[in-house]
Amino acid sequence: MSAFLAIISRDLRLAARAGGDALTLVLFFVMVGAVVPFAIGPDRVLLAKLAPGIIWIAAFLSMLLGLDRLFRADDEDGSLLLFRHAGPPLEAVVVAKLVAHWLLTALPVLIASPLLAILLAMDAGAWSRTLLSLAVGTPALTAFGVIGAAVTVSLKRGGLLAPVLILPLCIPVLIFGVATVAAPEGTTAALLFLAALSLVSVAFCPFAAAMALRVGSE
Amino acid sequence: MTDIATQPPKLNWFSRLAHPGNFMTWSKPLLWPLGIATAAIFAIGLYFALLDSPADYQMGETVRIMYIHVPNAWLSQFVYGVMFVASLGTLVWRHPLADVAAKAAAPLGAAFTALALFSGSLWGRPTWGTFWEWDGRMTSTLILFFIYLGIIALWRAFDDQLRAARIVAIVTLVGALDIPVIKFSVDWWNTLHQPASILVAGGPKMPGSILTPLFIMLFAFTFLFLLLHLISMRTVILRRRAESLSRQAAARSA
Repeated sequence: MSAFLAIISRDLRLAARAGGDALTLVLFFVMVGAVVPFAIGPDRVLLAKLAPGIIWIAAFLSMLLGLDRLFRADDEDGSLLLFRHAGPPLEAVVVAKLVAHWLLTALPVLIASPLLAILLAMDAGAWSRTLLSLAVGTPALTAFGVIGAAVTVSLKRGGLLAPVLILPLCIPVLIFGVATVAAPEGTTAALLFLAALSLVSVAFCPFAAAMALRVGSE
Repeated sequence: MTDIATQPPKLNWFSRLAHPGNFMTWSKPLLWPLGIATAAIFAIGLYFALLDSPADYQMGETVRIMYIHVPNAWLSQFVYGVMFVASLGTLVWRHPLADVAAKAAAPLGAAFTALALFSGSLWGRPTWGTFWEWDGRMTSTLILFFIYLGIIALWRAFDDQLRAARIVAIVTLVGALDIPVIKFSVDWWNTLHQPASILVAGGPKMPGSILTPLFIMLFAFTFLFLLLHLISMRTVILRRRAESLSRQAAARSA
């Protein structure tokens, strides 16, 4: 357990000391959302209607942004090799990386979402439902992202490939994420499906990603 | 006489069949008969489908697109099943022929899926009045097409084909687990396409005059896939041999 926490805190400290990654991510997230009104016009009613979808797409794209760094830096400086021979199994290492990656990419987006909600003329109720759906759904996005990053880590030019591979696989998350926001008051079916997707994919991802990492470094 | 060290280990019939060298030997005489059988079934199927079957009372002659559309849609999923089994072979038994089968199947699957989408949109125009609708089945077929393209891109990104095979196998398995979820979620999201009407409880919802040519065409396209799959598996093996020969030649000359 201490090794598990050590890996998480190592990733967090690395990100904090390299500086500005989380801030760049937030900037990207807000800018994607802020560009949309220029494309479709500053109609408040239309924007408020589209806002949950826009926020979800912006979050989706922001999650893809940091994907390439997830295992590549560890692969280049050799720590991935150490992880493979470390005490905890590689699957546990992957879970630790997953948690750290969620804290570094999804949490800043969640925190920045009120800003986008104001820009896109969302009311408080719609925003809180969007926040809830993002909080429940982003673990699934991170899990698929971890698989994509693990699969492409041994490729020198894998940067664009991971998003292309995982985007189609993430569509159910997007569908249920937006459905959670649009669901009428008091119904929880879409939210429960979203939670199920997150739980299953987070449970399954470490095994697939660890298997890919083992094959990749053989 | 019986020097055990030089004897190859005893293999069961499956391992012998699936050895790449043996595969090249036994698959070669199969190609022509399989090709002729495919052509014959296609001839019969097309005769029934285009000439000797009734037009639909609502859709008219456009119903004949179905005889192309449904087999392609069936193959788009069947080929993924083949890739799934091949991926299990790669990961569980590390079988070289399974790698080859998975690699050869991916472009074929993408092609059949593209044809299913294309013929479907040609059929949708006269019957639904639109080339494309964000309907559940069409959308999930489109996503399947994207998954095929991603897998082909992954195959092409690796230089080391042995490593590529295992990595792609992992992605194929993840995709296979996710495809039912995608299908279900997309159906739930929006549906216009008609529900299943051949394999349903209580027998098919079509008259025999339409069902017979449809089944013949299904067999014809499945045979076409088997033929193309065998040919492209042979091509993959031959290409690997050519590469290793040129590597050996380069090593000798160096």
